[in-house]
Amino acid sequence: MAKTGRRADGFDVIVVGAGPAGTAAAYTLAKAGIKVALIERGVYPGAKNVMGGVMYSQPVGAIIPNFWDEAPLERHIIEQQYMMLSADSAISGKHRSTQYAVQPHNRYTVLRAKFDAWFAGQADAAGAYLLTNTVVTDPIIDNGRVIGVSTDRPDGDLYANVLIVADGVNSIIAEKLGLRGVIDTVNMALAVKEIISLPRGKIEDRFNLEGDEGATIDIYGEVARGMEATGFIYTNKDSLSVGLGVILKDLVKSGLTPYELLDEMKNHPTVKPLLAGGEPREYLAHMIPEGGYRAMPKLYSDGVLIAGDAAMMVNGFHREGSNLAMTSGKLAAETAIEAIAHQEFSARAMSAYETKLNNSFVLKDLRKYKNLPGFISSRPQFFNVYPQIINDAATEFLTVDSVSKKQKQWKIWRQIVRGRRPVRKLLRDIYEGWRAFG
Amino acid sequence: MRIEDRLFLVKYNPDKVSHLRIIDPAACEKCAHKQCIAFCPANVYEWDESEKAITIAYEGCFECGACRIGCPDLNISWRYPRGGCGVAFRFG
Repeated sequence: MAKTGRRADGFDVIVVGAGPAGTAAAYTLAKAGIKVALIERGVYPGAKNVMGGVMYSQPVGAIIPNFWDEAPLERHIIEQQYMMLSADSAISGKHRSTQYAVQPHNRYTVLRAKFDAWFAGQADAAGAYLLTNTVVTDPIIDNGRVIGVSTDRPDGDLYANVLIVADGVNSIIAEKLGLRGVIDTVNMALAVKEIISLPRGKIEDRFNLEGDEGATIDIYGEVARGMEATGFIYTNKDSLSVGLGVILKDLVKSGLTPYELLDEMKNHPTVKPLLAGGEPREYLAHMIPEGGYRAMPKLYSDGVLIAGDAAMMVNGFHREGSNLAMTSGKLAAETAIEAIAHQEFSARAMSAYETKLNNSFVLKDLRKYKNLPGFISSRPQFFNVYPQIINDAATEFLTVDSVSKKQKQWKIWRQIVRGRRPVRKLLRDIYEGWRAFG
Repeated sequence: MRIEDRLFLVKYNPDKVSHLRIIDPAACEKCAHKQCIAFCPANVYEWDESEKAITIAYEGCFECGACRIGCPDLNISWRYPRGGCGVAFRFG
């Protein structure tokens, strides 16, 4: 059993990456009086970070109570819309509740460059040693155990008893530690996004909002020419976050550029009026680990814990990620605190992290949907057949043209449904889909 | 919107040297579709017909990592730019 005290010049814990996972870990450790370094390659935390834009309150509040009084937030979301596109139509459903209008608000839109900088600043103020402008290049391994990291700073080696790897979706460090291999393109989405500025009043009128209330639209169906893709429009204070994510495997095969797909979505007749008059302020891209439970790496080894996107902790179906990241970062910190108390840093001691994750929503949810990414990626009909069937059926049914309703129903069934998807296959998709949702 | 106009909206602190490199240029010449040219969201890669080589506009890179795993031959050597260099999103 490895039992070594920390080197006199070192830290108790090094955290790589000041995103939601890493900062949650560093903050929790600093608050417990642990000597922790939080290393960030960007010129400020958030400089490299992108998400659609919905941050869930509960995991943030579990780390910083009443964070909403200080954190840079955009709008609290009171309305969520789900939209299914075909080439010329859209059918949508939405949920809106006054329960979302009272504090604590369940979710906010955020701009990550601002939020992450604030969050890491809190960790720094709590006593974490925040080191920006620094790339962690390699883990330092001694006798099979990680004892620190090399950085691209001169004399940049840092030592610690525990390394928390939260370096994001590309996790070079997890790869170098042999905890994960090169990720298959079927398990990654490439997301592109624009920040489109619009006057506050216009956003509130257009999306039926008052004050700091916000709305989200998640877009399914034929978002990107029938490839496996989802789009989104989220309201910020005086801008919209508009983007789409496409499974990288599909995108590579298509020979299309992600920005022309984004333009196509922005020009969809249902989407275009929502963006009209907006001025693009920033264009961004990032990958999203969409592979789910089955694509996750090993979560720990001697002296090492992996959290957030680096561990592929994204619940794509519910568009959750930052909440899984923060919760895993906090649980990694709690594992490290126990390990330091017992001066026990073996893989066995680190395995407490997986137990904690198993007992939390993080692994419970990821396990629930473990078959979903594989199910969807092998069934393009959910993107290039069913959205059209649903939209055309709605168009037929809602068009008043002196054709009897019974005849319309017959036409919908015969031509629109059965004509494009044989009943046998339709029933199989329903049954297998039901099973894939666990 | 043109990609050039899009990239003009992005703030960068370019590194002096490229963090991206083609491992085997001959493999690019043999590559039938040269998919990296299309799927890179920052339009970093272009095919130079006279040089018979992929050119790399690394200064505009988002460091998203798509080319690292999306190149069919895994022919792109990929690392992060040096600390503080590269893209610096203002909104995120």
